[in-house]
This record gives sequence, structure tokens and C-alpha cells, in this order.
Amino acid sequence: MTGAGTLERPPLVSISLVSASALAYEILLMRLFSIIQWHHFAYMIISLALLGYGASGTFIALARPWLLAHYPLAYRINLALFGLSAIACYLAAQQVPLNAEEILWDWHQPLYLLAVYLLLALPFLFAATAVALTLTRYRQAIARVYAADLLGAGLGSLGIILLLFAVFPGTVLKLLGALGLLASLVAARELQGRRARGQVATLLAALLLLALPVAWLAPQPSPYKELSQILRIGGTRVIEERSSPLGVISVLESARVPLRHAPGLSLHSSAPLPEQLGLFTDAGGMTAINHNPQGQALAYLDDLTTALPYYLADPQRVLVLGAGAGADVQQALNHGVTQIDAVELNPQLIELVRQDHGDWAGNLYDHPAVRVHRGEARGFVRHSRATYDLIQIALLDAFGASSSGLHALNESYLYTVEALQDYLARVAPGGYLAISRWIKLPPRDTLKLVASAVAALKASGITTPGERLALIRGWQTSTLLVKNGVFTSDELARLQDFCRTRAFDTAWYPGMPADAANRVNIFEQPYFYQAAAALTGAEGAAFMDRYKFDITPATDDRPYFFHFFKWEALPEILALRGQGGLPLLEAGYLVLVATLLQAVILSAVLILLPLLVLRGRREWQATSVRSVQVVVYFFAIGLAFLFVEIAFIQKFILFLHHPLYAVAIVLTAFLLFAGAGSAWTARRDAHPRLARYATVGAVSGIALFGLLYLLLLDPVFAALLHLPVVLRILVSIALIAPLAFFMGMPFPLGLARVATERPALVPWAWGINGCASVLSAVLATLLAIQFGFSAVIIAALLLYALAALSLH
Amino acid sequence: MSNPARLISLIMGATCLCAGAAAYADDPFAAARQDMIREIEADVKRTSLQLDKEVLDPRVMQALATVPRHALVPESLQDVAYRNRPLPIGHGQTISQPYIVAIMTDLLKVAPDSKVLEVGTGSGYQAAILAELVEQVYTIEIIEALGTRARGHLEALGYENITVRIGDGYYGWEEQAPFDGIVVTAAASHIPPPLIEQLKNGGRMIVPVGSRFMVQQLVLVKKDSQGKVTTRQILPVRFVPLTGEH
Repeated sequence: MTGAGTLERPPLVSISLVSASALAYEILLMRLFSIIQWHHFAYMIISLALLGYGASGTFIALARPWLLAHYPLAYRINLALFGLSAIACYLAAQQVPLNAEEILWDWHQPLYLLAVYLLLALPFLFAATAVALTLTRYRQAIARVYAADLLGAGLGSLGIILLLFAVFPGTVLKLLGALGLLASLVAARELQGRRARGQVATLLAALLLLALPVAWLAPQPSPYKELSQILRIGGTRVIEERSSPLGVISVLESARVPLRHAPGLSLHSSAPLPEQLGLFTDAGGMTAINHNPQGQALAYLDDLTTALPYYLADPQRVLVLGAGAGADVQQALNHGVTQIDAVELNPQLIELVRQDHGDWAGNLYDHPAVRVHRGEARGFVRHSRATYDLIQIALLDAFGASSSGLHALNESYLYTVEALQDYLARVAPGGYLAISRWIKLPPRDTLKLVASAVAALKASGITTPGERLALIRGWQTSTLLVKNGVFTSDELARLQDFCRTRAFDTAWYPGMPADAANRVNIFEQPYFYQAAAALTGAEGAAFMDRYKFDITPATDDRPYFFHFFKWEALPEILALRGQGGLPLLEAGYLVLVATLLQAVILSAVLILLPLLVLRGRREWQATSVRSVQVVVYFFAIGLAFLFVEIAFIQKFILFLHHPLYAVAIVLTAFLLFAGAGSAWTARRDAHPRLARYATVGAVSGIALFGLLYLLLLDPVFAALLHLPVVLRILVSIALIAPLAFFMGMPFPLGLARVATERPALVPWAWGINGCASVLSAVLATLLAIQFGFSAVIIAALLLYALAALSLH
Repeated sequence: MSNPARLISLIMGATCLCAGAAAYADDPFAAARQDMIREIEADVKRTSLQLDKEVLDPRVMQALATVPRHALVPESLQDVAYRNRPLPIGHGQTISQPYIVAIMTDLLKVAPDSKVLEVGTGSGYQAAILAELVEQVYTIEIIEALGTRARGHLEALGYENITVRIGDGYYGWEEQAPFDGIVVTAAASHIPPPLIEQLKNGGRMIVPVGSRFMVQQLVLVKKDSQGKVTTRQILPVRFVPLTGEH
């Protein structure tokens, strides 16, 4: 039966379609579950659901003869099932009463979690089965099938990001479901021509999916998310929603009870709060647009720790990074600043404040003193040649997210040592860089910020960083000032006065007596003062070492500012579980570790199962290629491919200065050029002997470009930084092309070899590769947190070398 | 159960009987409540460094041993009502972990003649505990369904010294101000300054910070006899971030 298939054309169009939908579905689920749950749980759920790829290999390995005998039908059914289950499984998963917050209180919760990711694994299982079945069936055309798979995935990753700008996630879900069914229809044409049965039913099902009311598919946020909570209050309603890949923004109006969003407000404040519209991102992270139609000064903004720099000097040129709903811009206007540059990443947010609610906000963003810039903070500063009397970085993340370690896994280039150096280079002599953070108990990010500022100042040649730093805190927020110069006694007197009148504490200023610390908002010990004194002094390194959270500065290579977890503290914290010590855990990192452990166990089962069940069969008897070689080869290249992809996405974020552009461009370019690389091997995979050398050649190419980029990417980026964005995108694509081209080769070359010598193992090899990809994404982050992204690339190159050796 | 433990529980059971309002002679939850008390006592001991004491005020512990927590949770959760953990009570709200309620109440240092304000009634459990200890409790709930339910439950339990109001707690309860103690359990982006105004000189306010299921810290606001305001930030667990001497 397989013999006849070798002459037929594989169904390349439907393969591309299903691969595009499956990759798009993966990114979409991440969006949907970030709205329903919290980001880190979304990450865990989707990572594990992707094991559906690995499971497809196991499934086909076990049911190969039957599936191959009924290939056209089995293929089409899997495509259709992908389309249907993409929607059905998501809806079913929404019904599971998973409450991530309760996971360590309630033993049902881990079971619910398991149910959710088993459900979500199904669509991936169907999509991957379709692809793997085709690879198994058309084993003379492996390279072309794999190329179609990669090309489809590349288009899917680009398509979903564009689509998420255009429509809401619920609508995207419908489209992807229908696309799965469309793939099945196309497959019928490709494989059976007009005679294929069930086409009408498939078409009707697709139309039915498209007709589903969007309200059914809209994600229902957990009742414990901020937006759900506030909507319980009578008179509140969402008046507007905007969706983009950066998140769904909901605008909330509260008719009866005023919103009063003023985090960090002084306990002594008597200033009235204006009416507000609430802004929520993915049903959390509340900020507010102030009602200020006359554009008056809003006094409450002067009762926040962030107002400090305006009381020490009279800044005239101010840069607000992360302008959001505009409170920090208004604060500058309060003080008569005449030149304010406001940078905001999310264009929809700017639009809401400027246009939709422009009158409400008193046309804040059209004020003659204000220039709003759409873009990423770091990129703006790097491209700017202006200098400022004050650069203000306010509280960009919500307290809830910050305090539960939600951001631990997020790369952030905003607070790295290099970033602080970039900012300081734009601060005029005598001016300040002001950064505010939430206060956590025990202190974490404020201290990491101080350590980072000290490192940045030292890197700029300042030997006494303590003279240029001042730190104040309320009970809820802290503000760190880094001055371009030494603080004067006049400034310090004003600082103390500012704190005294607002019930804030001074935590550090040059020459601060120890007994001036910890006076109004009292901790068990003067933690902030102790830390600042140590970090600015000679024993900073020892202090960081001794501290039970990781407060060593983040760098561009290890951009994990929000990672505070230290293994040493784990036993102590776990012992406090019953008393509610879990917030100390900084859950993000442990979620990552938990994901890895689960993925390792499940992968081992999926990989070993066919081996145990089928090893007696004749076609599973080892020939020139041993099973262990297959495992090592496909595991290594599975790990390595994503290592490289993930690490380079990070490297290019710093060049393209926009996380979204970087992800979309790097991912798409990698997949498309890898697809081209795979297609290029098509002509060679007929000659297995040549294939061996081709693998070595491909790995040499990867190693060459990998090492070259490791050494040269930073200087090249630095030299080309000032190019316009379109040219930087083209440069990025040109840089990715050759590396990705070579990276597309090892998989089809290896699989072609397996297909020739041990055809029964083809689906198994695919499954191994699928499992490795899941592990890879998680491992890459763990490695990057510990050792940095350069180390991830080196690890990938070593894995490629191992692969080449294993099958040589 | 060991003999001394049984003895204690007998004595405590007797206390419950005498406590009146909320006690039942044949209370099927009495044993569970005693277990909860023991757990809280153990937790307090472990956290003595942070709390600055080995045991909580016996009156507070007695209140916890008296209030029928099971009567304030949804029926389906009654058999786990006395576990030392927060429980969901619907409307996206929770009934707090008993240990946290215990230390919050203790930190308030109320007297029998105190007048206490609570912002965020929720299940009504905290109000009931306070009602066992003070003369009058005023409590405000913003979510109507929740406030109505809590009022019904508290009335059924016979608490006559609790007044439940449904509305916005930001401006406190002007007519009854000032208060000896204020508990702010409703999430707020900041501590409302009007509530600080309504705190008596020498009064204390307690604000738990964190999420519904995990309290990260307790903020204790103190107003001294001169009206000067300070806060203390308390970790409800024994954890010192620095190791060794500094």
C-alpha cells in the first residue's frame, strides 16, 4: 500500500493550511488563557497541551498499519477533527472550574488543571497526526511535506498577529476552526478528486462554525480577576473593548461608586480624586483615565511618591516612559513643565486617551506641551538625541501581577543595567532618572532596582554611586532617584520635607543617618536602608548573596528583572505553606519548573510506550540505525531548533525595539526559511549516503552562522541601530535567512534516513521531535534565567553537533 | 485525641455553651472548630517573631472558638468550613483564612466598649468575631447580594450588635465616627484617607494586602494619642529575608 503512495503527490496545500491553523491556534490559546487565567498558568497549560504533537507520533506508531491503509480518510478526518475540536475543546476547558489561586489549597485543582491541558492537547493531536501520517505515508517526499508544514506555520504565525489586530480572539477562534475544516475539504480535492464523500457535510460544518455567536466563544475571565471583581459592584459596566496581540483593553465606567484609582496615595492626602474611567488589560492590570475636561492641575498626583523630583528641582524637559492612561503626564503638567515627551507601546491605549475619551481627559495627549510617541521605551531612548531634566518611569505593572511573581518569566528590557545606562545618558547634568516600584514584603524589586542603578553608575565610571541615589517609600510604593550629579544639601532638605508632609519614609540619601530610616511606615527592620547602605557600599555582592531573594541586577542577556526566586529559600518557604507563606514563593519560576517536570514525565511515557509495545515486531528490529540513535538525534534537534529560535527572538527585540514586531518577524522568518531549507534537501533525500554528509554540512552551516552571530550581532546591531524600522526589519530577515535555511535541513534529512532504513520508526521520530520542542521552550527560559541567552545559543549549537554525531 | 487535648476541648466546648448567642448545645462542628483553634495556636507560635507574641489575646481565641463559621459559608462547603484556609463563597469573594482573621483581630487590640468599623463585610465572619469582642460593629458591603446574605446570616445567628450597610465604604460611616478600630478587607488601590480621619486617637486600622486566596502582608495603621499616624507592615509568616548578621 505504501508503495503506490510514493508516486502520488502529497497533499501539500492542506498540510500548509493545518500547520498554519495549528500554530495560530497555539498563539491564540495563549491570548485567550491570559484573559481567563493569569499569564503564567496560561503558559503552563499551553506548553503541556503542545505535547499533543508528541502524542501523535506515539498514536501513529501504535496504529500505523490501519491508519496507512485508510490514509485519505484518516487524514481528512484528522483535519476536520482539528477544526471542530479547536472550538469544542476550548469551550469544554472553559467549563472546568479551575482556579489557579486555589491550587495549593484544594486537591481538586491539580486535577482540573490536568483536565484543561488534556482537553487542549486534542486539537494539537489531530493536527499533528495529519502531518505525521503524511510524512509516514509519503516517505519519499518527506522534505517537501516538512517544508509545507514549516511554510504553513510561518504564515500562521504572521497571520495570527495581523488577525489579532483586526478582530477579537473569539472571532479568531471561529476562523481557525473553519480553516481546519477547509483544510479537510482541500485535502479531499488533493487526494481523491471530486469523488470524495463527506465534502458537503464538512462544508456545512465549516459554515456552522462561522455562524457561531461570538458571545459563546468570548473568554470568561476567572471570577478572581480584577475586572470580574469590579463588575460585581452595582452600576459598573464595560463600555468599550479593544483587542490587539498586546492584550484586550476594557474600558469600565462606574455610574454609582467612583473608581478612585490612586495607588501609593499618601495617608495624609486630602486632595479629592477626579472621576475616572477604568482601563483593564486582559481583565487585569487596572489603570484609569482621569476626568479632567478643563485640564486643571490634579492635586492628588502630588501626594504620590512619584511626585518627588518635582519638589527637588524645576524640570522643564520631561520624558515619561510608559505613559499609559496619562497620570504621569498630568503630574508633569501640574508643575508647569513645558516640554513632555510621553512614550507608550500600546497604540490602542493612546487612541483611547487621545480620541475616544479625549474630551473626558481634557485632551491631555493633545496638550501643546505634550508630544506622544508610539513605541517601546528602550528603543525611544536609544534613538533619541534629546536630553531631559527628568526621565520618569512609573508603575507600569499592576500590583497584583507584580506581587505574585507573575512576571517572573517575562523578559523585560526596561530595567536592565544596560537600560539604566541608556536612560542616564539622556539625563541632563543635574537632572534625574526616577523609577517607581511597588513595595513588597519582604522587599524585592525595589532592592534589585537599587542594585541595578549602582551597577549602571559604576559601569559609567562613577565610583561613589551612593552620592547620586535617593530612595523614598510610602507603605505601598517606592521611588528611586538617580541624579546626574551629586545631591545638594538643599535638595536633601526638600526631600525630607516632601516625605514628612506626606507620611513617606526616606530610605536612602547621601549622608542619611541610620536612625532617620523606618520612622513612619515601619518594618520589622529598616530593610530598605540596610539594603541601600550595603548595595552602595563595598559589601554589595555579599549582601546580594546573603539575601533570600535574587536581587542581582538584570542584564540584556539575562533580562529577568522580575525573577527573585532562590532555590536556597525554597525549603523554608514550603514549610510556611499552611500559614499562607506561599506568596513568598514567587510562583512564576516554580510554575516553569513544574511545567518542565510534567513535560519530562509525559514525554518519557509517550516516547517509551511504542518502544515497549512494539519492540517484538519485525519492523522495529534494529538495523543499521539503532532506536537510541533515533532518540538522540530527534531529541537533540528538537531542543536545538527552539533554543535558537527563542534566543534570537530575544536578541532581535533589542534591535527591532518592539517585542511584537520581533516575535512576528523572527518567528515567521525562521519558519519560512527553514521551510525553504527543508525543500532544498528534497532533491538529495533520495540518496541516503549523501544525506549523511548533508546532515554534517547543515550542522556546520548552523554552527558557523550561530557562532558568527553570537560574536557579531551586538556590534552589528549597535552600528545599524539608527536605521529606520523598515530597513532594520529587512536586515533582520537577511540575518535570519541563512541560519534558518540550514536549520530546516537536519529534520527532513534525518527522517528520510529513518524512512529508508527503518520506516516503522518515522512517526515515532516525529513524536520525539514534538516532545523535545515542548521541553525546549521551557528549558530555554530556565537556562536563560540562570545563564543568559548567549548560553542558550551555545547549548543549541552543541546539541546540533551531538545530533550530527549520533546519526553519522 | 490525646487526653489533655480532650480535656481542653471539653473546657472550650463548655465556654462555647456559655458564650450564648452563637452556641449550640449539640453542635456537630464543635470538634472541627477546636481543631481549627489548635492549628491557629500552632501557627501563631511559629510566627511569634513577626507577631511579637507567643499567643494571641485569649478573648480573640475564644471568639474564634465561638463563632459558627460553618453558618457563614455556602452549604456545600460546610464540612470544610473549619479548615485553616480561605474558601470561595460565591460572587468572586472568599471567607478569609481563620489564622489571618485571628491575627488581624488581635492586632486591632479592641476593648469590650470599642466601636469598630469594617469595610467589606463579605461572609460576615470577621464582623461576627468582632461582635463577640466589642460593643458595636458597623460593617459596609459594596456588593448588594453579598451584603444582604451576610446580614441575613448574622441576624439568624442572633448578632444584635452588628449593623450591616450596603454601599460604598470609602468615606466610612460618618454618623458613627470616630472608631476605635477599622478593618478594611475590601480591595482598594490605596488606604482611603477619610477612614484614617475616622480613626480615634489611639485607634488602630488593619488592612490585608494581597489576593483573595493569599494575603501577602498586613498593614497596621496606628494613630497615636497626638493624632500622629504610622503604619507597620507585617508578614503573617515567619520569614526573615536576610540571613546572618548585618
